[in-house]
Amino acid sequence: MSSARDDILSAVRRASSAKRAADNSANDIATGGPILPARAQGIPGELRNRFCEMARFAGATVEIVADRDRVPGAIAAYLSREAPGDRLVLASDPQIVSLPWGATPRLQVRPGLPLADDTASVTGAVAGIAETGSLLVASGAATANALHVLCETHIVLLRAQDMRGSYEEALAMLGAKMPRAATFITGPSRTADIEKTPQIGVHGPKRLHILLIDG
Amino acid sequence: MIMDAAPDQSSAPDFPARAAAALADPTLQGALTKLQTEFRRDRAAMLGRIPEFDQLRDHATAIRNHSLAHLDELLEQFETNVSLTGGIVHWCRNAAEACETVTGICRAVGAETVAKSKSMLSEEIALNDHLAAASIEPVETDLGEYILQLRHETPSHIVMPAIHLNAGQIADVFREAHTDHDPARYLGDADALLAEARAMLRQKFLDADVGITGANALIADTGSILLVTNEGNADLVHSLPKTHIAIVGIEKAVATLDGAMAVVRVLARSATTQEVTSYTTLVTGKRRANDADGPSSFHVVLVDNGRSRMLAGPYAEALRCIRCGACQSLCPVYGAVGGHAYGAVYAGPIGAVLTPNLGAPGGLGAARHLPQASSFCGQCEEVCPVRIPLPALMRRLREDAFEDRQITVAGQKWIAAWGWAAQRPALYRLGRRIGILMLRILAKVSGGTIRTLPLAGGWSATRDFPAPEGGSFVELWNRRKRRESS
Repeated sequence: MSSARDDILSAVRRASSAKRAADNSANDIATGGPILPARAQGIPGELRNRFCEMARFAGATVEIVADRDRVPGAIAAYLSREAPGDRLVLASDPQIVSLPWGATPRLQVRPGLPLADDTASVTGAVAGIAETGSLLVASGAATANALHVLCETHIVLLRAQDMRGSYEEALAMLGAKMPRAATFITGPSRTADIEKTPQIGVHGPKRLHILLIDG
Repeated sequence: MIMDAAPDQSSAPDFPARAAAALADPTLQGALTKLQTEFRRDRAAMLGRIPEFDQLRDHATAIRNHSLAHLDELLEQFETNVSLTGGIVHWCRNAAEACETVTGICRAVGAETVAKSKSMLSEEIALNDHLAAASIEPVETDLGEYILQLRHETPSHIVMPAIHLNAGQIADVFREAHTDHDPARYLGDADALLAEARAMLRQKFLDADVGITGANALIADTGSILLVTNEGNADLVHSLPKTHIAIVGIEKAVATLDGAMAVVRVLARSATTQEVTSYTTLVTGKRRANDADGPSSFHVVLVDNGRSRMLAGPYAEALRCIRCGACQSLCPVYGAVGGHAYGAVYAGPIGAVLTPNLGAPGGLGAARHLPQASSFCGQCEEVCPVRIPLPALMRRLREDAFEDRQITVAGQKWIAAWGWAAQRPALYRLGRRIGILMLRILAKVSGGTIRTLPLAGGWSATRDFPAPEGGSFVELWNRRKRRESS
């Protein structure tokens, strides 16, 4: 008896090769590079403004921070304003762990894996995408993927120099080898499954707060 | 209205009876009106934000055509690249093989509970029943699917599965199922329902031994799968349990990440009128040596279940489908009767084409009503992000049903008689003149409006219409031609 793999592939090969022989015009279009909407293109200032606008449209909040040293203070202020609790779980990324957390003793920070009762996480982002106000985040040794989706509040640090126009430009920053999980995050977790009513915070974050760091 | 049994595509979906029940259900009618009114409004706003949408649809269509014309190469390349990341690809000819394969993987790791994110393919192959029969508890984690699982129902819409329910019905089933909660608790609004579901499902994620997802695309070039959700449930499903299984139809392959992004640019806009969903994830293999989290094994279960047969035939274009549900959200027939009336996993125009083609051969017998459930208004084709010619495909299915004698004997005789007369223009015109005369007389005796027709009492029971006025199209045409030449 032939294997399922052989059966499926031979049936598909017969059908697909007939299509290739009949009309191969899709080939050029599909391999000819992406079609980008105008809003994925522009000079850096335009991309940055569009990113902020689109991220807010998707329900995220965006705060501009002048330099890295001001990040802990900005997070402390954000939490006291918007979200309960002073405990933060951080990605073990040296860029994040090395921030001057000691200057805001109110915050209890712990790098590593999120636990079920953690309420807020802080991670970096590979890139910001102006097209839709999305963040590209990746899992890895420093960043557990669960940090992006388990806590009620997700705070993301985005360097201004990592702003890009399109998804494709952002993906190119991942290098040749894809991480296990790479996610475009656009606003908080949401649903409209109950009577089509928009609701946020289904499983993942209720709040997505982006700190856009200039320095 | 609770549907018991899992959908069985081989059983005859009694569309006329279910449609009649749906028309008499005021809750359902309210939900459908809200869905279609809001979808139309929100889609118009979406189109205003993205002037290039038609170009993006053309590009996505070309990407999907390329996929279908190179599917054999893409699937082999995908398999090779998944293997390089330490993942395992399984090939399944039909629903039974797919269910066996998934259950086998679950058994091998001693799984007791499985967390699932939304997968239409899982509905198509009735995976949950199979897992439960093997004493493995499947837990749907998409909010809508979770509600339906508690109610033992199937989705009534591809992307809004519980669109047919109201908050009261959801509160009822939560009270029934969540027996360890205080029976007197408040569940009177959507927020209270959401908070309870979040807490219940959080524990399920943490307890699950296996996570099962679908995939919105397979990327041949990298061996990645694309997962699109708004809730973030798929991201917990593929990150927390020790084993991740993705079950995917073979037609979902695309060549490159660029191709996957071309699909992303039209998917959410068509499905929910959002710019993009909250979470758009590329998963590539299992946990790496130094990764902070992730599953220790990764399986992709590729399922044919009729797709390779469809690819070789006249309905291949429907395999471009990216499961956005836009054709359902705008279809006037879907809007009148809802998804469950179709009695099939895939409802609406795309369901009318997929249902007879998927599964075992000869599906048109059971699904013969579905291509009839169309007014041929063409809106489904107009909104389809990958430009599937749904009306033409449904018309072709009607022809197949006639040729296969899948319609009633009376119906066959009517069509044969009409065909005979249509080939004899003089006779046809005479018959039409007599018909118009009879209708005028009928209107006169019933006071101007025709309320019932002899021999078509069923058809006219829900339709009133005025007597025909003026001439026929052919008469008007001839009159105009005479005027123009004079």
